[in-house]
Amino acid sequence: MSLTKTERAIIVSMWGKISTQADAIGTETLERLFLSYPQTKTYFPHFDLHAGSAQLRAHGSKVVAAVGDAVKSIDNIAGALARLSELHAYILRVDPVNFKLLSHCLLVTVAARFPADFTAEAHAAWDKFLSIVSSVLTEKYR
Amino acid sequence: MVHFTAEEKAIITSLWGKVNVEEAGGEALGRLLVVYPWTQRFFDNFGNLSSASAIMGNPKVKAHGKKVLTSLGEAIKNMDDLKGTFAHLSELHCDRLHVDPENFKLLGNELVIVLAKYFGKEFTPQVQAAWQKMVAGVSIALAHKYH
Repeated sequence: MSLTKTERAIIVSMWGKISTQADAIGTETLERLFLSYPQTKTYFPHFDLHAGSAQLRAHGSKVVAAVGDAVKSIDNIAGALARLSELHAYILRVDPVNFKLLSHCLLVTVAARFPADFTAEAHAAWDKFLSIVSSVLTEKYR
Repeated sequence: MVHFTAEEKAIITSLWGKVNVEEAGGEALGRLLVVYPWTQRFFDNFGNLSSASAIMGNPKVKAHGKKVLTSLGEAIKNMDDLKGTFAHLSELHCDRLHVDPENFKLLGNELVIVLAKYFGKEFTPQVQAAWQKMVAGVSIALAHKYH
């Protein structure tokens, strides 16, 4: 699965807007994840996960920054996320099912904040892009 | 079996009251067909599904989306017995339509995204969580009679 030229253009263009609210979007995505899918909290026993927690905000920023790295190297996502791929495979070992859940919550957050931009075409491009990011992050699992 | 708290029921019912079923149904089903093109396999007789705009503007897609969401509206009136409410439709989707239940999850999530798009800030994480439970319950109910 790889992105068409059109899909890349859509993603890069929307990222311009998304990045202006990057931290808030990261935090909101995680809040949505933990509320809708409480089992995902099992990966964060060491965190204070209450709304507004500094750790939640910091981690949300991290996650969105990584998405941004993938956007900036959209022609070589595997290269851009190589280090993170190893981290997830050997240290974090987050079950692959959770990448879909996080991706979904990110899409919900973006849809809520940018309804006019989130056309069916943009939605499809972003879903595909996040799916590719997820594949890269789980690529070295076994 | 999914159990809804009184608060969750109130959240779901209250939001549902503001949903334009025809519009949301078309959007959700349309997006399913655009984002996951393999789902088009069930709709060979729907005419032009050749592009995102063709799909989103397709009258058969809109009509069928409305049908699906109208059925969901009925379920919202019977949240304590989703399995009973969807028993007949479950048999239909298995025996006649041959739809993989995985598709119910996909459509449910498309609906959640459409609701987020329509309601913006009002679609808080708490509201989303209640709706994720709703669509999960519906998916389970629709798969319940499969054999």
